[in-house]
Amino acid sequence: MLPGVQVGQPVAHRLAYLWRAPAWGRPLLVERSSWDRCRRGLSIEGNDVVEFFEATLNWPSWLAWTAVALIQCFLLINLVAGGALFFIWLERKVAGRIQDRLGPTRVGGKFGWLQTLADGIKLLAKEDIVPKEADPFLFRMAPYVSFTASFCGWLALPFADNWVGQRLNVAVFFIVAIVGLEVFGVILAGYASGSKWSLFGAMREAAQVVSYEVPLGLCIVVPVMIAGSMDLVTIGNKQAGYFTNWFIFHDPAAFVVFWVYFTCAVASVNRAPFDLAEAESELVAGFHTEYSGLRWSFFFMAEYGSMLLVSALAAILFFGGWHGPFPIISQGLVPALAAMTGASVDSPVLVYLANLAGCANLIFKAVIGVTVMMWVRWTLPRLRIDQVLTTCLKYCVPLAALCFLAEVWFQLYPHTNPMPLNRLQWGAPRASIEVREGWLPLSPVSPDDVQEAQLTHSQEHRG
Amino acid sequence: MIGAVIDWSAFLFYLFAAVACGFALAVVLSNHIVHMAFYLTLALGATAGLFLLTGSQFVGAMQFMIYVGGTLVLLVFGVMLTAQHRFVSIRTRAGEWITAAVLGGALLMLLGYVAWAVPDWHAAPPAHVPPEQVESTSRLGLALTGVRMDGGSGYALPFVIVSVHLLVVLIGAGYLARARVRVSDAAARKEMP
Amino acid sequence: MTPWLGPITVSHYLTVGAVLFVAGVVCMAVKRNALGVLMGVELVLNGANVNFVAFGSPLLRSTSLGIDGQLLALFVIVLAAAEAAVALAIALNFYNNFATIDVDRADELKG
Repeated sequence: MLPGVQVGQPVAHRLAYLWRAPAWGRPLLVERSSWDRCRRGLSIEGNDVVEFFEATLNWPSWLAWTAVALIQCFLLINLVAGGALFFIWLERKVAGRIQDRLGPTRVGGKFGWLQTLADGIKLLAKEDIVPKEADPFLFRMAPYVSFTASFCGWLALPFADNWVGQRLNVAVFFIVAIVGLEVFGVILAGYASGSKWSLFGAMREAAQVVSYEVPLGLCIVVPVMIAGSMDLVTIGNKQAGYFTNWFIFHDPAAFVVFWVYFTCAVASVNRAPFDLAEAESELVAGFHTEYSGLRWSFFFMAEYGSMLLVSALAAILFFGGWHGPFPIISQGLVPALAAMTGASVDSPVLVYLANLAGCANLIFKAVIGVTVMMWVRWTLPRLRIDQVLTTCLKYCVPLAALCFLAEVWFQLYPHTNPMPLNRLQWGAPRASIEVREGWLPLSPVSPDDVQEAQLTHSQEHRG
Repeated sequence: MIGAVIDWSAFLFYLFAAVACGFALAVVLSNHIVHMAFYLTLALGATAGLFLLTGSQFVGAMQFMIYVGGTLVLLVFGVMLTAQHRFVSIRTRAGEWITAAVLGGALLMLLGYVAWAVPDWHAAPPAHVPPEQVESTSRLGLALTGVRMDGGSGYALPFVIVSVHLLVVLIGAGYLARARVRVSDAAARKEMP
Repeated sequence: MTPWLGPITVSHYLTVGAVLFVAGVVCMAVKRNALGVLMGVELVLNGANVNFVAFGSPLLRSTSLGIDGQLLALFVIVLAAAEAAVALAIALNFYNNFATIDVDRADELKG
């Protein structure tokens, strides 16, 4: 597990390997123009689409960046909105089947697949009401705050190798921090509605989300520790190969911590059985009691967006991300195609095809996660608020902390890892991943190295 | 060329700076505690954006997680402690406003002067910065465990002190804010059937 | 070089930090609501953080503080969280005793 570490090395060196980090190998593979982009702070990696606009179409740099930003926003918004359309339909079907009925069947011919669209049109036509007791400014802002928070998390989520809105070095941390902000809109909505039901719902939600952030944060540390990086692209690529390389099968601690993560994720996106904020049997509809029409639907888009987000995060952290259970695409199809057409394995078209398959793979896994959340919702009764907090503080936090410690143990003493699948190492990750990620050098970076890098860079420019 | 004018990093800086400063002023000028908390969140979020623009990704994410999350709790307290008269605000007298505006303006002018007084601080930034100098997360983590790659001193001891400090604060805050059963409450409870 | 058209430098960040700092100081001075005072403290700390991060960024200055600036900012954020927890506990206690959070009413020790 820890290449390069020998017995008898000083503690500091072992520590350095334990917290091995992705940053140092990068300049080897970063393209020429991203050296300049580095100055922009946000974009460390080069962006292929920007390259295309700049080099092929001869667009000025600012136009290329704007176009790419707009395209990415368009795709992500459509993913969230289209996802909400699909999931609301799916939820009705799942709920129907679980309750032994059919769910929607009529709208749009078979399966009632246009039901959500019909609902959407109905919502658009509804009157937009602001109650007299409400705080009008905050009442109007709250749905947007909720939706924005849910949407922002998608910016850092990769869909395939390097298919990501903004590749962040701290992507996992960023997404978890952003998901927690969704509750802000809910609290504002609850307060601004001027209704006791809403206020009760919002207060419950605040208590719940603030407490569940703690175990959630502890849970994500475990896969981060296995991968040695908080970069989701790196974490996903570490699980290439057969499904035995997925982090959930890495060791017992990771296996246990996934279930804790899933529980906490369900709680942090306010799904049943943790949906106390909108407990309809006690609070009418909780924080969105006073909302109608499009504002109301914004809350639901935020909820389904967050569900898909935490499921996709679980897929990347524990289930191999964009890598399938068997490396059919990357080790079977792509080399075969390459042999047939005579192209290299790294040719842009083949890489694009492999990434497209990976993207479909990731979304499929995320949809499965969302479906399980629905299954749980229509199966389990709602918990009381004290039971919710007990689940968090007495079970999830200690369990997550224990898994964290166990993971530290398995990282320091990998030979004690009892998980048999981990020893197989079928279809081990491609060598290029190791190169791309790089390892932390144990010698300090001297100014000479930097100078040399800059020299190479200027030579590249001239050539 | 318009391309020379539109520099997105500068544009984003001005956007985030305007949001941060504008909502910080809104916090000062507003009298409604929940509105203030909302504005404060926006100001802190824009500051996190500024941190990301300087390449300090970890600090930016940390700002989102802790600061903005901490304001959330502030918001909840604001609602709880003012819940019985929802739109009553505790107002400041006009004289205090004038004094504060004069002193604040003077302080702002002083700080603004200092910010632009040192030529080195607004010299042109370096043209090329290698990515490994910008990406600091791993180095931050190592420095917190006491290992420094660039020859500086590690931060293991401050880190431990801060952790102990946090533990003390956790216990202390719990102790201060614990629900005490008042005498009248206890008596009332005893009388209940 | 004009501040508006030139590249973004440390001075720009310092200006933002100064505005946040002054807003925080004024907020602490004028608010009578204890939570408003607390928000002022958060703004002040945040203004200081902007300065630390700006001085620590290699993108803005070749002779930057390096990661020391970011580390200081991290410590400030953590300590601000701790400070907010204690201050909120005090505010809650105060509210329990006085049924208000107007800091001007906390004058029991006045002679």
